[in-house]
Amino acid sequence: MINFHAVFQVWRRNFMVWRKLAFASLLGNVVDPVMALMAFGLGLGSMLPNVGGMPYLNYLAVGAVSISAMNAPTFEALYSAFSRMHTQKTWQVIMNTPVRLREVVLGECSWAASKGLISTGAMLLIIALLGIGDLQFWLLSWLVLILACLMFAGFGLCVNARAPSYDFFMFYFTLVVTPMTFLSGAFFPREQLPGWLEAIADYMPLSVVVDALRGIYAREFGGLAALLAQMAVYAILGIGLAIYLTERRFKRRG
Amino acid sequence: MNASDVLRLSDVFKSYAGRPVLKGLNFSLAAGECVALLGPNGAGKSTTISLALGLADADSGTVHLLGQPMPKAGHAARQAVGVVPQYDALDPDFTVYENLLVFGRYFRIHGTELRQRADRLLEFAQLNSRRNDSVGTLSGGMRRRLMLARALINRPGVLFLDEPTTGLDPQAKHVIWDRLVDLKRQGVAMLLTTHYMDEAQRLADRVAVLDHGNIVVCDKPLTLIREVVGYAVLELWGIGAQHWVDVNHSQLQGVIERRGETYFFRNELADQVLAQMKASPQDDVDYIYRPGNLEDVFFSLTGRALRDD
Repeated sequence: MINFHAVFQVWRRNFMVWRKLAFASLLGNVVDPVMALMAFGLGLGSMLPNVGGMPYLNYLAVGAVSISAMNAPTFEALYSAFSRMHTQKTWQVIMNTPVRLREVVLGECSWAASKGLISTGAMLLIIALLGIGDLQFWLLSWLVLILACLMFAGFGLCVNARAPSYDFFMFYFTLVVTPMTFLSGAFFPREQLPGWLEAIADYMPLSVVVDALRGIYAREFGGLAALLAQMAVYAILGIGLAIYLTERRFKRRG
Repeated sequence: MNASDVLRLSDVFKSYAGRPVLKGLNFSLAAGECVALLGPNGAGKSTTISLALGLADADSGTVHLLGQPMPKAGHAARQAVGVVPQYDALDPDFTVYENLLVFGRYFRIHGTELRQRADRLLEFAQLNSRRNDSVGTLSGGMRRRLMLARALINRPGVLFLDEPTTGLDPQAKHVIWDRLVDLKRQGVAMLLTTHYMDEAQRLADRVAVLDHGNIVVCDKPLTLIREVVGYAVLELWGIGAQHWVDVNHSQLQGVIERRGETYFFRNELADQVLAQMKASPQDDVDYIYRPGNLEDVFFSLTGRALRDD
């Protein structure tokens, strides 16, 4: 049983803090990917032929939005959530009220996902200003992005639940986030990978996001439902596991 | 369960990672009552509070808070409970006032009602002038007052205070005590853990001593002092103290207690030493003759200082 009022209040607390520093936070979340987009898309792209049947800038833009949907919730669910859970003891204080740990985790998860949507939303806006995509892409992408952000928020909170300190997150970045960034098809088509690696990469959560967004971009909706379903399964598993692992963490430490 | 009990722990066992912390604990807190829980670090005070709040699950035994079984109905019971935790847990991202508002919303208090309560609590905590300041700028005493105010936003019938004045200067400590006496007068039940004997003596109706996972004794502070210690204690220390005790040992009938470099004599023996000291004062020996206190009770029962691990 979940008290959604409690979940909302946890979300709202984080939103109130974000509002105070929104501009700086947004700047960090958007300027970096946009610069990468410019450097690779315009700089490197001008030296390349069409990729995936379009200019490289357009190809990369879709990938950059996907990466942003992974990075923003991941950072929030790791570093920020960890400081609230461990350093500031914000979670412990909330648990002294009628709010339960599962509601804290769900509140954090929805907040991390919201942060992702804020960042990806800003990215979409910049892409639109660059003239990439059309109205249908800008609108339908949200379907994918909401699921993607929830999914990566859930994964991040699983890692958070197991973390003894901030250093632990480096493993997740090195072993999970970075490989996904480069192998998911965000920068180049996965067909370029050796067959065995391509087979693995196909199942990476970020690959699913990239494929779904590319499908919408190309107005090919055949595989979209399956991809969305796959993301929903990943998201539900991730969030469920995050609740389980966090409850176990708090039980063990007393 | 007594009808007026707001908290009851019965035969509670709890261990962490195979290490037993509570071994068949029995404890109850009546409505409007203040009980101080004393015990050395690691005696199980914080575990008792976690179990009482339904934040941990007992290995065996039962816990009821406001008539609700813990931890199952913890969230429901906590609607009417206030907690001042041991750790500094103010929200550093918010102002003084926002700390109260954000916390109140977890209890489903909203709008005008919430703001009115927050205003009143700012007054109660004497923080009106700091209302819009970041909590990072507050002194230790102010922070603790704000934590107390925050714990009252839901008008709790029971208040859990985990070392509410640890680390505060005497003046700040007295301000907190005054606030707590206020609350007592209003009929709020309190479970207080503390390392300060004067705090327990001043605030508590009953004092419970927790040692080795069980409550060794639980009674009114003065009753405990009278029964366990007696009417007077003489403390003797200084460079010449050991020599003096060695020389006079044979004339002193009774138990001489030694804690570190200080000797303790009780009641008749204290009177006897006092008379001797007055008759032949020693340059290298200092002494004080005083009534018994809870620290003496604690030593007698546990054989340890309160801060021992």
